[in-house]
Amino acid sequence: MELLIAIMVGVLVAASVYLMLARNVLRFLFGLILISNAANLLIFVSGRLTAEAPPLIPEGADAPLELVANALPQALVLTAIVIGFGLFAFALMLVYRGYQSLGTLMSDEMRLAEPKEDGQ
Amino acid sequence: MMNSIILNAATRLLVALLLMFSVYMLLRGHNLPGGGFIGGLIGSTGFVLYAIAQGAPATRRALRAEPQSLAMVGLGIALFAGVFAVFFDDAFFTGQWLFIGATEDDKGLPISTVLVFDIGVYLVVFGSILTLVLALEEEV
Amino acid sequence: MSWLLAAPIIIPFATAVLAFLFRNGPEGRWISIIGAAGLLIASGILMAEVLAEGVVAAQMGQWGAPFGITLVADLLSAVMVVITGITGLAVAIYALADIEERLEKLGYHALFQVLLAGVCGAFLTGDLFNLYVWFEVMLIASFGLLVLGGRRDQLDGGIKYVTLNLVSTILFLSGIGLLYGMTGTLNMADLHGAVQEVENQGLLVVVAVMFMIAFGVKAAVFPLFFWLPASYHTPSVAVSAIFAGLLTKVGVYALIRMFTLVFTTDIAFTHTILLWVAGFTMVTGVLGAAAMNDFRRILSFHIVSQIGYMILGLALYTPLAIVGAVFYLVHHIIVKANLFLVAGVARRIAGSTDLSAIGGLYKTAPWLAFLFLIPAFSLAGFPPLSGFWAKYVLVKAAIDAEAYVIAGTALVVGLLTIYSMTKIWGAAFWKPHPGGLQPKLSSLAPRDRAALLVPIASLAALTCIIGLFPEPFVQFAERAADQLLDPSAYVAAVLGADEVGLTGLAALEVTE
Repeated sequence: MELLIAIMVGVLVAASVYLMLARNVLRFLFGLILISNAANLLIFVSGRLTAEAPPLIPEGADAPLELVANALPQALVLTAIVIGFGLFAFALMLVYRGYQSLGTLMSDEMRLAEPKEDGQ
Repeated sequence: MMNSIILNAATRLLVALLLMFSVYMLLRGHNLPGGGFIGGLIGSTGFVLYAIAQGAPATRRALRAEPQSLAMVGLGIALFAGVFAVFFDDAFFTGQWLFIGATEDDKGLPISTVLVFDIGVYLVVFGSILTLVLALEEEV
Repeated sequence: MSWLLAAPIIIPFATAVLAFLFRNGPEGRWISIIGAAGLLIASGILMAEVLAEGVVAAQMGQWGAPFGITLVADLLSAVMVVITGITGLAVAIYALADIEERLEKLGYHALFQVLLAGVCGAFLTGDLFNLYVWFEVMLIASFGLLVLGGRRDQLDGGIKYVTLNLVSTILFLSGIGLLYGMTGTLNMADLHGAVQEVENQGLLVVVAVMFMIAFGVKAAVFPLFFWLPASYHTPSVAVSAIFAGLLTKVGVYALIRMFTLVFTTDIAFTHTILLWVAGFTMVTGVLGAAAMNDFRRILSFHIVSQIGYMILGLALYTPLAIVGAVFYLVHHIIVKANLFLVAGVARRIAGSTDLSAIGGLYKTAPWLAFLFLIPAFSLAGFPPLSGFWAKYVLVKAAIDAEAYVIAGTALVVGLLTIYSMTKIWGAAFWKPHPGGLQPKLSSLAPRDRAALLVPIASLAALTCIIGLFPEPFVQFAERAADQLLDPSAYVAAVLGADEVGLTGLAALEVTE
């Protein structure tokens, strides 16, 4: 199972790097969303996978009675998803606004903040 | 904004349902899957639907308060839940519990700062999603 | 203890909420100033406590380390929080005259305070994942501040800033995942011991390099700095100043923290990379600055160049070099924020930051010229200003470590820094204004003049004080460096004295 997910992370990263090499900012952003999911899976798998063992403590006990899933990576992934959600919503909005006022999505045509100097 | 009678009629029902469901998710969150984040997402879905059916200005009127302010108030509530522990000489963000009507073998109705924190999270998520969506809706 | 450590985070957050609710009136900006002053006071008390007690640590929500979130302050964290308070207050006052009402209504003050909270949180946290969260708080506030107002060049710079910083965020997150997989802990103090027990030390170095790249993007080191000169000159001056002073330094702080506390298992490899990075960062930054023709863009490239010096201190990894890095960090935040504030005043009275479109400031605004010279000379390393001592300590450390090439590089870069400062001086202050304008400070309304000049003068005074009486500051930096190089006090403060030696998975097994 770990191997399978590790391969999946690899495929996701490869796909997203391909997307992120594009000049189109929107493609770059899609790549970023994909790679952030790869990172989340990576955290998840590095906490070791245990099938069908929710980390719940039965009533009356102070500690889980048998081997349960590691709850910490799940909490971390959840936090990372929430943060990523906010950041990407913002980035998407920014790219959209940028497209409206700059009229382009190509990163090498965005030279407003760094104008070409004469003689270059 | 879409001009569709079916969507318009359905939205009226769905908004109320989604909002109620979001509160249910918020309250259930302490022991079961759910909580402030999910609740806020579901609640904002209701108003997003409303914005699609009726347009952004009508949604702002229906909301009454600005979504940014809701998010900020939520942040304040969450912060308050963390700071509340100062009155009990505990560390920052230590959960404080009150068991209303507790007896020997029944915990009664547990009210905690954890719940207050979750309500804050609910408002932050609700407010910030609606801020973004309404801004986008008004741009298009 | 817990509240002392949490206050620098709680105060800006509470201020942000209040300032946002009152954003439509003049109350908002005064709340922001009061909040910033409160932050400075809280950081001062924390500093006093750390000076008296040594490293202080507290567990949030009473979840014991290494499982809960730890807040911890050693001397480096404490001094960074104090500097955050100082620059925060200076910029909050400056914003009285600099930020238009339109931006205030959009929530400028709230975003500014959230930024301060994020910065303080990053300095104070003792948990790697929590550091990630604070980085994001800081990042999202900085995104908002950068594009606030939505001018076209702001959006242009903002897109580059946002996309490149998000890449670094994801690398950071992946690094956290892998490190957790190897050690089973994310508490930094706990990691200090846990990394020694990792079986495959080679993998650990790979993760170390991932962190190096992630923090390197935030700190704007070569070859990862391109987002900085693309965006820092576009927002309002107050925003540029706080970015220039604080944001990249959080990256530098994280590098220093991780590469003195955790990733010290293969110093010969990791710190050699850092040494090369430091050299190239210094040189490319200063050459970039020499090619620029805009007040703020020159200064932006100088940030990059100066970051190289701090990384140099970390890379040499001798006690004296770390002293230099800490001293440089503190000096640079004050000086750099101040230079951006001066650039803002120059733009206000002369009409632009483009060096070919302004001039004559020396003749008509000599006080501004004087206030520019102090931080400019300090940045270039003239005695007796603060930058001289910072550079002196670093170059001495490099020579002691027999790294003559890098010492020479540092000196040459210092010379080139003077070159580009004289370029600003010649174009903005000496040559007559091309439009025949006579830029005068008296053209500003008295209230604006006070709000703009008081922060600049105070920061300049601070630069002079550090420069004229460097002894206590160097001694302080020495103590901070001692703590960094021997983290046993840090580890003991976080984990409790008895549990030292039981780290990571071993500690897990015991508690189970």
